[in-house]
Amino acid sequence: MFKRFNILSKSAYSALLMLLLYPSEVLSDWDALNMREGVTQVSRDVFELHMLIFYICVAIGAVVFSVMFYSLFRYTKKRNPNPSTFHESTKLEVAWTVVPFLILIAMAVPASKTLTEIYDDEEGEINIQVVGYQWKWEYKYLEDDINFFSNLSTDQDEIYNLVPKGENYLLEVDEPLIIPVDTRVRFLITANDVIHSWWVPDFAIKQDAIPGFINTAWTRAEETGIYRGNCTELCGKNHGFMPVVVKVVEKDEYNDWVLAKKEEAIKLAELTEKEWSLAELTERGEGVYQKNCVACHQMNGEGLPPIFPALAGSDIVMFDKNRNVEILMEGVQGAAMQSFANQLSEVDMAAVITYTRQAWGNAENGDGEYVVPSDIVEYKKPKI
Amino acid sequence: MSSVIESHHDDHHHGPAKGLMRWLLTTNHKDIGTLYLWFSFAMFLIGGAMAMVIRAELFQPGMQIVQPEFYNQMLTLHGLIMVFGAVMPAFVGLANWLIPMMVGAPDMALPRLNNLSFWLLPFAFGILLSSLFMEGGAPNFGWTFYAPLSTTYAPPSVTFFIFSVHIMGASSIMGSINVIVTIMNMRAPGMDLMKMPLFVWSWLITAYLLIAVMPVLAGAVTMMLMDIHFGTSFFNAAGGGDPVLFQHIFWFFGHPEVYIMILPAFGIISHIIETFARKQLFGYESMVWAMLSIAILSFVVWAHHMFTVGMPLAAELFFMWATMLIAVPTGVKVFNWVATMFKGSISFETPMLFAIAFVVLFTIGGFSGLMLSIVPADFQYHDTYFVVAHFHYVLVPGSIFSIMAAVYYWIPKWTGNMYDERMGRLHFWLSFVGVNVTFFPQHWIGLAGMPRRYPDYALQFADWNMVSTAGAFLFGASQILFLFIVLKTVLGGKKATPQVWEGARGLEWSVESPAPYHTFSTPPKVK
Repeated sequence: MFKRFNILSKSAYSALLMLLLYPSEVLSDWDALNMREGVTQVSRDVFELHMLIFYICVAIGAVVFSVMFYSLFRYTKKRNPNPSTFHESTKLEVAWTVVPFLILIAMAVPASKTLTEIYDDEEGEINIQVVGYQWKWEYKYLEDDINFFSNLSTDQDEIYNLVPKGENYLLEVDEPLIIPVDTRVRFLITANDVIHSWWVPDFAIKQDAIPGFINTAWTRAEETGIYRGNCTELCGKNHGFMPVVVKVVEKDEYNDWVLAKKEEAIKLAELTEKEWSLAELTERGEGVYQKNCVACHQMNGEGLPPIFPALAGSDIVMFDKNRNVEILMEGVQGAAMQSFANQLSEVDMAAVITYTRQAWGNAENGDGEYVVPSDIVEYKKPKI
Repeated sequence: MSSVIESHHDDHHHGPAKGLMRWLLTTNHKDIGTLYLWFSFAMFLIGGAMAMVIRAELFQPGMQIVQPEFYNQMLTLHGLIMVFGAVMPAFVGLANWLIPMMVGAPDMALPRLNNLSFWLLPFAFGILLSSLFMEGGAPNFGWTFYAPLSTTYAPPSVTFFIFSVHIMGASSIMGSINVIVTIMNMRAPGMDLMKMPLFVWSWLITAYLLIAVMPVLAGAVTMMLMDIHFGTSFFNAAGGGDPVLFQHIFWFFGHPEVYIMILPAFGIISHIIETFARKQLFGYESMVWAMLSIAILSFVVWAHHMFTVGMPLAAELFFMWATMLIAVPTGVKVFNWVATMFKGSISFETPMLFAIAFVVLFTIGGFSGLMLSIVPADFQYHDTYFVVAHFHYVLVPGSIFSIMAAVYYWIPKWTGNMYDERMGRLHFWLSFVGVNVTFFPQHWIGLAGMPRRYPDYALQFADWNMVSTAGAFLFGASQILFLFIVLKTVLGGKKATPQVWEGARGLEWSVESPAPYHTFSTPPKVK
């Protein structure tokens, strides 16, 4: 029954909105103003539920408001100078208590059914841990030992209106989550700092990422494609700038991608062994800094005090190499600075520290010492 | 103090003292009511100005006017100021003016406490607003201040925010005690509970809600204070605490709080509809029972604000069903209002226009509330503009329209002058159009996927955000007209009769207009 209801509902919804609303030429695409049906069984169930409640509300509203507007029109002071005196009716009052109650039951039944369907935390064929950070997502593929961060890739210049905005403005990332089609994927969602919320509208998944908790959600995407979503829990200044992008690919393509990711990890290990020059490190560090640090410490290293301190001219960055490494590896308890130990490779870690110790005159005013990847490897060794 | 005592001796007619001291030291319920109402209006304009900053930034995609940090401060202060500074004090002001006159009492039961509970407010909001000028800026974690964003990751001004909330809470609790004691002890002979005007009933229930939940809010902010300054870990997962606990505590306060902001509106609208329909309110008793059931249910639905935190299935089902149940008593109220209009003899003065708009738009807000209660659908709606549209529909054309309706309805009693009807209607139509142009499109941009509390957004939301901003500025500007109308009425106008409105019933209409400084020194008899 739902299939037919569905087709009907779309055009009827559009017509209704047209009727209700302000005429304007911008209203060409009405479907873009409704919830997305998505690409999973669950998301379609949710969409149908949404349309069902919407129509019930419209029907109730139509009845109540027509009685009201009829009264306003028919029983004005002019047309009806002598008001009636009735002011209660037990029958009527019982009826309009019981009938809504029955309608509610009719809504609650399919809603409870769909919810039970969603609440199924059986293991997936692929299990991915999703970790929210200020302000990016980390994806860890638990079976394949792959992990990476997903950052907003929209240019700052687009945000500040210096260049035209691209098609996927604010909905694009440097590295999307990749999952295979027709496969049960389970997400284990948590956060590293404050509460975030991981939302992919086309999967009808919205699950809060809470430090200290692991929430689960699952999906089985039925169509390949790129699906875009957002962080939906206020998580600080760049809450609006940490989108979720999921790319659903054919199973073969997924397997190839897994292999490629593993090779990449081996190459990175080789890079760690390599002898790095100061210039090479600084150059690489600048890129790492732009991706991971500018949001708080700013491009000019001035930060946004008092919450995000300046790095330019900082005593630690200029004179205390050990503490400098420690802060990046461990974060700062009770402050906004998080640990980057799991977010950056040894190479990137060394590079970014070196960059901050070289940039903004820090090298000239400070001791000019720099950090190489082997320092980080050394730091990570268990201390006895 | 001695001057106050002396004036009591000297002045036989107990007229108001002169100058500033009248307002600082007053224990008169009418003066305190006036103070509350003006304070609330000032906060409405400040909170409204912040809303204009928000809407101006959202006029187009991209960051234009403010930075994300400041945007977050604006949305936080806008929420806090509108909830605690505009809507709540306005209802307390109306309670002060009207409850003693409606129950035939000479004043509130605890007049000095009344003075204190008002004069705490300017300090509370002074502290809150001063945080804008502090290093690190004002609170930026939303009016719901979820930990740990509001604790470990908060700007230093959070401590001032906490104290400000404590002071507001103290003020609300004192005000509520006063309302309850007045209603319980000072009704005129013959006025049984079930003969009380509905506004009095609505405030009695609201006052109990306030006393029940304000301490919970105080507890929540105290725990934050401990986490921030005294090394506890109530909400810090790294220390074994629980960030979700914060949300449970907050919403255990927060949901009854939502009804605190709408129940008095139910009372007001009931009076206005029966007056202008010239017909006794339909179903008085069921109105009372409906308000009581809404109040009781409000304590068992809090977690519907938290459907996405990962509660167990049983909890989600319980909170969904309990929330859906609220539709029943709310429906009863709407049906009663419609039945009161049916076969009435209706005229459309400004208060009635606001009341009719209230019924329609509040009901639309109720429908979207019902949609939000459906958990699977809420997974899509939660924290999008659909929610923003929903709660603004119940708060702006809900609570705020009811307050405006109340002002137009009772201002002839307060000032002795009629307001300018043509300008009142103009104010209504501008507000009505403004509010709908602002908030209706937000339903769609929410459904289409725009999250709330975003300073910038994807391009497909651009058109309707622009429309919404235009509506917001229209609504904002029309409130300047409201200020003008009120001032004009205070200064002069056609003289009002004691009855004021042809269909008005109730003790407050039996005294002169303007109401004398002291009314019902001898209690009236109620049949």
